[in-house]
Amino acid sequence: MANDGPAPLERFLNGILPENPVYRQLLGMCPTLAVTGNMKAAMTMSAAVMFVMICANLITSSIRHLLKPHLRILVFVLTIATFVTIADRVLAAYLYQMSKELGPYIPLIIVNCIIICRCEVCASRQGLGAAAFDAVGQSIGFALALASIATVREILGAGTWFGITLLSESWWPVWGIMVLPPGAFITLGFLLGGVNWLSMPRGKKSAGCGVR
Amino acid sequence: MELVSQLVLIAVSAAIINNFVLHYFVGICPFLGVSRRVDMAFGMGCAVTFVISVAALLSWLCTEYILRPGAPLTSWLTGNPEADLSILNYIVYIFVIASSVQLVEMYLRKFFPPLYKSFGVFLPLITTNCAILFACLEIMKHVSIGAGAGAWGGGGGEKWGLAAAMVLAIAGGVGFTIAIVIMAGIREDLDHCDVPKPLQGAGITLLVAGILALAFMGFSGVDSNLKKAISPQDPPAATATTPGDPTEGDPSP
Repeated sequence: MANDGPAPLERFLNGILPENPVYRQLLGMCPTLAVTGNMKAAMTMSAAVMFVMICANLITSSIRHLLKPHLRILVFVLTIATFVTIADRVLAAYLYQMSKELGPYIPLIIVNCIIICRCEVCASRQGLGAAAFDAVGQSIGFALALASIATVREILGAGTWFGITLLSESWWPVWGIMVLPPGAFITLGFLLGGVNWLSMPRGKKSAGCGVR
Repeated sequence: MELVSQLVLIAVSAAIINNFVLHYFVGICPFLGVSRRVDMAFGMGCAVTFVISVAALLSWLCTEYILRPGAPLTSWLTGNPEADLSILNYIVYIFVIASSVQLVEMYLRKFFPPLYKSFGVFLPLITTNCAILFACLEIMKHVSIGAGAGAWGGGGGEKWGLAAAMVLAIAGGVGFTIAIVIMAGIREDLDHCDVPKPLQGAGITLLVAGILALAFMGFSGVDSNLKKAISPQDPPAATATTPGDPTEGDPSP
């Protein structure tokens, strides 16, 4: 009905770089910082977020005419919580080790601002197609951001990438700090600065529009 | 004594050593967003601490009596002593959090209108603050330990009572307040600094947070030393380390 937002394909492409959830909107910082110690954890997290975001967006989009304004956020959050429970149980059943490693960060997807933001901005206003493309685009953008941080942290911090040894211990003293909490903050800080710096000459404003 | 030492350990660990923001990365959104001025940061910290305590109380009650495997109320209602509702954990917690935020909002609006005005939009946003759900999840992990059916295994240690859960929640909230107020103080000074343009805003905040996290890592040994100092089962070590211990220094087995 009120299909006044951007077209599905535009939504999809927007999610990857122009409105990248991590670098542009600064949303979903908890998993971004917490699970990027190595690539495997980061990719599992991205997959879980993608599953939850697609399902939540589709459900929200199909019930968008029934939503009452003051109960909107609660409905979004309960929808998301349902799918997160599914994702959590599936992970615990098939990837037990990874599920233990990710620990509380899988249930914390419920309060991940990205998904609530996408439900609010896109899915509750547009049809199924746009909502699905938006979810896929945003979660690919999220996965790329996580991958970039995890790559830096794992290579510098452990000398490996996806568990494959890249920097041999013999000539590379690993920077243990990179896989610890401070490394996460510092890596993301510098990468954010780098992304802002790269996009500056083209005249784009380095906008932190999502900061709440 | 056993309980007191457990509570002290939980409090110190949650507030300082494993600080919610700087160690577990929960509550980063308000940490970045509301840390521009010290007074606002402090208000946010207080609001979060308050909501965290209410939510922890409610979620402990729900977990202990309704949700955990073999919970009394559920077993009595269904007649099945093995009844396990832990699959509903997340949904119940998020519902509890949303309701307690709503409750706090109504209470403040009725009784403390100026405070309510100064919180403004931050109050509803607390619903989506990861720190609160994180506290609920920690409590869940430790309450459902006895039955061994936590959603993700569950670490070692004994089962937590209500006191431990409340101490974790309040100490976690205090830790969040400490972190966000320190950050706001630094950011007020940063206003007078010449920060490179790409790093302005979130970038420099994250770098400063990294350095803060580095500083808080210095506390990491305190945990085990404090345990040694106040643990009743370990009298020789306890007598050796009591001088430097500010809290419960007297081991009485």
